[in-house]
Amino acid sequence: MTALVTLRNVTKSYVRGKQKVEVLHGVDLAIERGEFLALMGPSGSGKTTLLNLVAGLDQPTSGEVLVAGDRIDQLSRGSLSDWRARHIGFIFQFYNLLPVLTAEANVEVPLLLTDLSRSERRRRVQIALELVGLADRARHKPNELSGGQQQRVAIARAIVSDPTLLVCDEPTGDLDRQNAEEIMNLLQALNRSQNKTIVMVTHDPKAAEYASRELHLDKGRLANDSRRAA
Amino acid sequence: MKMFRQIGAVTAMNFRSLPQRVSTSLVVVIGIAGVVAVLVSVLAMSTGLIRTMQSTGRDDRAIVMRNGSIAETSSALDRNSAKLILDAEGIKRDADGNPITSAETMRILSLRKKQDDAEINVILRGVGPKMLEVRPELKIIEGRMFQPAVTEVIVGKAAHSQFKGLNVGDVVNSRGANWTVVGVFETGGDAHESSLMTYAETLISIDQRGAFQSVTALLESPSAFQAFKDSLSANPALAVDVIREREYYQQQSKTMSTIISVIAYVVGGIMAVGAVFAALNTMYSAVSARLQEIATLRALGFGSTAMVVSVLAEALVLALIGGVIGALIAWLFFNGNTVSTSGGGMGQMVFELAVSPPLMILGVVWACIIGVLGGLFPAMRAARLPVAMALRAV
Ligand SMILES: Nc1ncnc2c1ncn2[C@@H]1O[C@H](COP(=O)(O)OP(=O)(O)OP(=O)(O)O)[C@@H](O)[C@H]1O
Ligand SMILES: [Mg+2]
Repeated sequence: MTALVTLRNVTKSYVRGKQKVEVLHGVDLAIERGEFLALMGPSGSGKTTLLNLVAGLDQPTSGEVLVAGDRIDQLSRGSLSDWRARHIGFIFQFYNLLPVLTAEANVEVPLLLTDLSRSERRRRVQIALELVGLADRARHKPNELSGGQQQRVAIARAIVSDPTLLVCDEPTGDLDRQNAEEIMNLLQALNRSQNKTIVMVTHDPKAAEYASRELHLDKGRLANDSRRAA
Repeated sequence: MKMFRQIGAVTAMNFRSLPQRVSTSLVVVIGIAGVVAVLVSVLAMSTGLIRTMQSTGRDDRAIVMRNGSIAETSSALDRNSAKLILDAEGIKRDADGNPITSAETMRILSLRKKQDDAEINVILRGVGPKMLEVRPELKIIEGRMFQPAVTEVIVGKAAHSQFKGLNVGDVVNSRGANWTVVGVFETGGDAHESSLMTYAETLISIDQRGAFQSVTALLESPSAFQAFKDSLSANPALAVDVIREREYYQQQSKTMSTIISVIAYVVGGIMAVGAVFAALNTMYSAVSARLQEIATLRALGFGSTAMVVSVLAEALVLALIGGVIGALIAWLFFNGNTVSTSGGGMGQMVFELAVSPPLMILGVVWACIIGVLGGLFPAMRAARLPVAMALRAV
C-alpha cells in the first residue's frame, strides 16, 4: 500500500528582496495512513513551510507532493482549495475561529462547502461538538470561551467534514499545561479510536510524546525519525 | 448551488462583523450621501426648469416673430405687419368674428431678489386687449386687472413671492415711468408667472420705441397650425417666423437647462471621484481587518470568488444606504423649493426644484457605481491574498 502522504525531493525557496532563500532542501517523506506524526525542530527550520505543502496551502518550488493519491503540486489554485475542503482538517495555534459566529456555526463552516442538507449538517455539528465535550457551549461565541475550549471548537471544526488528514500547527502553543494536555488527549483519541491521520508541528516535547512518530527538521532537512510503539 | 451557499455564508459573516467597522463604514455612507444629494438637487434645478417651461405654452397657440429672431426680445414687428398677421388662416375668432390674438412687446425691469437683494432682470410684457381670451389660464388672484392707458401692471405669482417691491399698491420705477402694481396673477405655474404685464400700447407710448415684438395667436385647433404658418409665409408682405408656443418655450429653456445639467454632472463627478477614494480606503481597511478571517476561510476550502463577492456586496450595500440617504435628503430639503435663475431670453425665471423619482433613481445608480468602483480593488486584494503568508501574520 502506498503512503497517504509522499514527498519526493521537495524544495521550497522564498524570494526575499533580490535574494532567493531555500527553506527546504530536497525533503523526502512518507506518512502512512493512521499515523500521528509530530514534526519538531528549532524555530525557522521550516516546519510550517513543510506542513503548508502537505496541506495544500502552498506549492513547492520543486519536487513532488502526493497526498491522498493526488499530485497536489500540480493542481491549480482553484482546484487546490476544493481539494483542501475535501481532504484537510486544519487546527491552528490561535484557533482562527470566526469571532462573529457561535461555536456551532463555526463548526458548521466546512460543511457549507458540501452538499449536505441543513438537518444533516446540524446533526454532524452536534456529534463533533459532543466528541470534543462542548455540546453545552454550542451557542457561545468564541470570546465567551476559554483558550482551551476555543481550540476544542476548532478541533470539532477540523473533524466535522471527516477529512483525510488533520494538520495542526502548534495546537497547544497558546495554551497552559492543563489545557494542552486535554487537547493532546483529544488528538490522541481521534488518532487511536477514529484512526485519523494527524500531522502536528510542535515545539513542545511533552506534546510530541502523544504522537506515534516523531520527526525532526533542522535547517530544512529531516533528521531523527523515530516511531513509538502504541 | 454550492457556490451560492459559499457566497451567502461568507457575505453573511462579513455583514455580521460590520458593526465593528462602523466608523469607517460611515465615512463611505456619508460621502456617497453627499455626492448623491448634490447631484440630485442640482439636476432637480434643470428638471424643474424644464418642467416649468414645458407647462408654458399650448399646442393651439403660436408665436409670430420677425424672420430670423431667436427670441421675442430680439424680434420686432411694425404695426402694419402686426395687422397683416390678423388676416392669416387658422386663427380662432370670437363671437363678433374678430381674430383672438395679442400683439406684444417686452421691456426689462431691474428688480431685487427678496432672498439676497441681488439685482436681477425681470420681463415686463405688454399685451394686447384680447390677452385674456388668448390666455384663458390667466387668473387674477389678488387686486384687479390693469386699465388701459395708465401705468398699471399686474405681477406674476412667482415674481411676487421672489422679488422685492411687487405688492399691490407698490410702485416700480423704470426709465422715468412709475408703474403701480394693481394685481397679482397666476397662469398655472408656467414661465409667465415670473413676469409682469401691462398693455402693449401703454408701454410703447411711454418710450416711443418701435412697435411690437411678437404676435401670439390662439388657433382654431392644434392642427390649424400648419395652415396658419403656410398662409403667413405665402404673404409676400410679411417676413416672419412662426412657432408653436410650447416649442418656443422649450427652445428657450434648453440652453439654460443644459448648462445646469453640465454643472450637476461636473460637480457631482468631481465629488464622486472623492467618494470613490473614500470607499476604496474604507474597503481596503475592511479587507485588512478581515485578512485573518479570509485566510482561514480560504484554508478551509472557500473559493476566492466568495471573497470577492462578499467585499463587493459590502461596498454596494454601504453605497446603497448612502445613495438612498442622499436622494432622500435632496427630496426632503429641496423638492418644491423655489429658486430663480436667468432664463435666457426671458429675464429671471422662477421655478420649483423637481426632485423626481427618476432623478432619485439616477442618484442611487451613481451611488452603486461609486460603491462598485471603490470595492473592486479591495475585493481583488481579498481574492489574491496568499493564504499561507496571511495565516502566519497573526
Ligand atoms: N513568505 C515568506 N517569505 C520569505 N521567507 C519566509 C516566508 N515564510 C517563511 N519564511 C522563512 O522560511 C523559514 C522557515 O519558516 P517556517 O515558518 O517554516 O519555520 P518554522 O519552523 O515553522 O518556525 P517557527 O517554529 O518559528 O514557527 C524562516 O527563515 C522564515 O523566515
Ligand atoms: Mg511555524
